[in-house]
Amino acid sequence: MNILACIKHVPDTETRVKVASGGNALDLGEANWVVNPYDEFAVEAALQLKEKQGGGTVTVLSVGNDEAVKSLRQALAMGADKAVLCNDPCFEGSDAKGIAKILAEAIKKAPFDIIFFGKHAVGDDNQQVGSLVASLLNIPVVTVVTAIDYGEAGVVRCHREVEGGVEVVKAPMPCAITCQKGLNEPRYPSLKGIMAAKKKEVTVFKAADLGIDPAQVGKAGAAFAVKGYELPPPRPEGRVLGGEIDAQVKELVHLLHDEAKVI
Amino acid sequence: MKILVFVEQRDGKVKKASLEALSVGRALCDATSGALAAVVLGQGISAISEAAGKYGAETVYLGDDPLFANYSTDAYGLGTGKAAQVFGADAILFAATAMGKDLAPRVAARLEIGLLSDVTGYAVENGAVTYKRPVYSGKAYVSAVPVAGKPYAVTLRPNVFAATESPKTPQVVKLENAAVASDVKAVVENLLVSKEGLLDVAEADIIVSGGRGMKGPENYKILEELAKPLGGAVGASRAAVDAGWIGHEHQVGQTGKVVSPTLYIACGISGAIQHLAGMSTSKVIVAINKDPEAPIFKVATYGIVGDLFEVVPKMTEAVKALKAQG
Ligand SMILES: Cc1cc2nc3c(=O)[nH]c(=O)nc-3n(C[C@H](O)[C@H](O)[C@H](O)COP(=O)(O)OP(=O)(O)OC[C@H]3O[C@@H](n4cnc5c(N)ncnc54)[C@H](O)[C@@H]3O)c2cc1C
Ligand SMILES: Nc1ncnc2c1ncn2[C@@H]1O[C@H](COP(=O)(O)O)[C@@H](O)[C@H]1O
Repeated sequence: MNILACIKHVPDTETRVKVASGGNALDLGEANWVVNPYDEFAVEAALQLKEKQGGGTVTVLSVGNDEAVKSLRQALAMGADKAVLCNDPCFEGSDAKGIAKILAEAIKKAPFDIIFFGKHAVGDDNQQVGSLVASLLNIPVVTVVTAIDYGEAGVVRCHREVEGGVEVVKAPMPCAITCQKGLNEPRYPSLKGIMAAKKKEVTVFKAADLGIDPAQVGKAGAAFAVKGYELPPPRPEGRVLGGEIDAQVKELVHLLHDEAKVI
Repeated sequence: MKILVFVEQRDGKVKKASLEALSVGRALCDATSGALAAVVLGQGISAISEAAGKYGAETVYLGDDPLFANYSTDAYGLGTGKAAQVFGADAILFAATAMGKDLAPRVAARLEIGLLSDVTGYAVENGAVTYKRPVYSGKAYVSAVPVAGKPYAVTLRPNVFAATESPKTPQVVKLENAAVASDVKAVVENLLVSKEGLLDVAEADIIVSGGRGMKGPENYKILEELAKPLGGAVGASRAAVDAGWIGHEHQVGQTGKVVSPTLYIACGISGAIQHLAGMSTSKVIVAINKDPEAPIFKVATYGIVGDLFEVVPKMTEAVKALKAQG
């Protein structure tokens, strides 16, 4: 079985963002870059499926620059077998549509049975690349998945989160799945895994290798132009109440009812 | 501008977030001398056309078909795509609900158009629209302009825009044969409803949230007891979810749900950056924490420094007394 997981190299969730001078970019300071947290669920799901099958290949793919190799190595250290990096200056500034196009072309290069994505990449918060790739490949997709059952051959049965419950969705393979927290507990790379990862090969694809016209991707191919960034307005100074707890509770309920009018 | 709004219904009931989307669509049309259409998919749902008209739709594309009885990405993707093509939509709006987030990228990919997720603001200037959306879970906002002359799609964050009536008598256009059974590859077999009577944090106007300070799973019932008279939902920090005290669907934060209720009550939550990213746009925030230095107090509208096990039950009593007064 050929199992794929798409991973994005992102600033970690501790990152404090500022608006860069000029307002047209974000200043991420000394951000620490990591595998997107949801993509760790995707890699773990891929590894677990391989283990369940007792064989197969797990390939991790990323669109990014030279730095993104770090995230691919992390996935290799977790146990993935192969890695693909789509890296070309013309890919820079791609929006979700561009990234999906690049990933879809890279995926088409080899046969596959199932592709795992994160439900969303922290930072850009686009929440769409998995679905877009699946559509480009003309395969079904199940999004925001919290459980997968492989009991029936050639089929996945997934739980996906909706408001107030879960939907049980059945899809034939090949298919795509976007992973939500709760699906699994991503493993930590072992020392052996880290050593082994260093010897594993990372294949690099450029635009030409993928038959991609630079005008379709990057800023040139983006469907929306960025006009500027801003920070949210600061919250007004709050009020910490004082006195006996009983009196504070009374005052709080009064404030919520009469001043803020929210209860 | 010709704007198409996907109107979501479950069991024949229109989602409030879809009425918000219609209202945004109506406002955009009014500002650009445009035309507003809605697409409604389901079975036995013709009454929804009226609701769409009430919120400003001049045309309703109605897909009334057994294939649309239950939501599926595939069938709904085809139905919505077809409506967009028949109408010649310049923009397609979805509410960013579980369904809207699942459907919008499918439609965008099919029509080969761009999609902007989770929009929280817009402005129209000389007929051109600028959209605003949060990035880094709201640590910053980006303004984006659709490339001129190209259709596009957006999803709108629920609870941000007002739903405003603007009654029209819509022309109903039947969508025939938009999809056939063999198009539906991924099938929804079942819907498992979670615990009766408790709202989902993503939809609640009031959230009572508990963190590591809750000390154990059994204590969440004191939050439920407060949430009930308030008509609210119970949320949690990741620390509490990871400890296994409460399901991950309750997690609020950068890797949980981003919520914007009118009232968020944080109990025993310190206010880590990832938690704040998920709730700091709440209208009113109450913090109950025994540590006066906890960062949560920096974003709280009102704070009580104290033991939540003492404060929360007292609050429940006070709220009940208030509600009893009517
Ligand atoms: C990749 C990543 C993603 C993350 N995503 C999220 C996310 O989405 N959401 C999230 O919440 N966190 C997230 N976190 C975790 C975050 O960094 C914090 O660890 C977490 O929010 C802490 O939860 P807490 O406030 O409940 O616990 P703590 O920080 O331990 O705080 C507990 C608080 O309870 C108070 N307290 C204790 N006992 C009482 C009492 N009896 N009465 C009153 N107060 C009491 C204490 O004073 C303290 O302030 C993420 C972390 C990482 C690395
Ligand atoms: N640059 C990228 N490289 C590889 N995978 C990506 C990339 N961007 C997004 N993805 C995948 O698509 C998912 C959703 O991302 P997004 O739509 O950007 O929120 C992520 O969790 C990844 O699995």
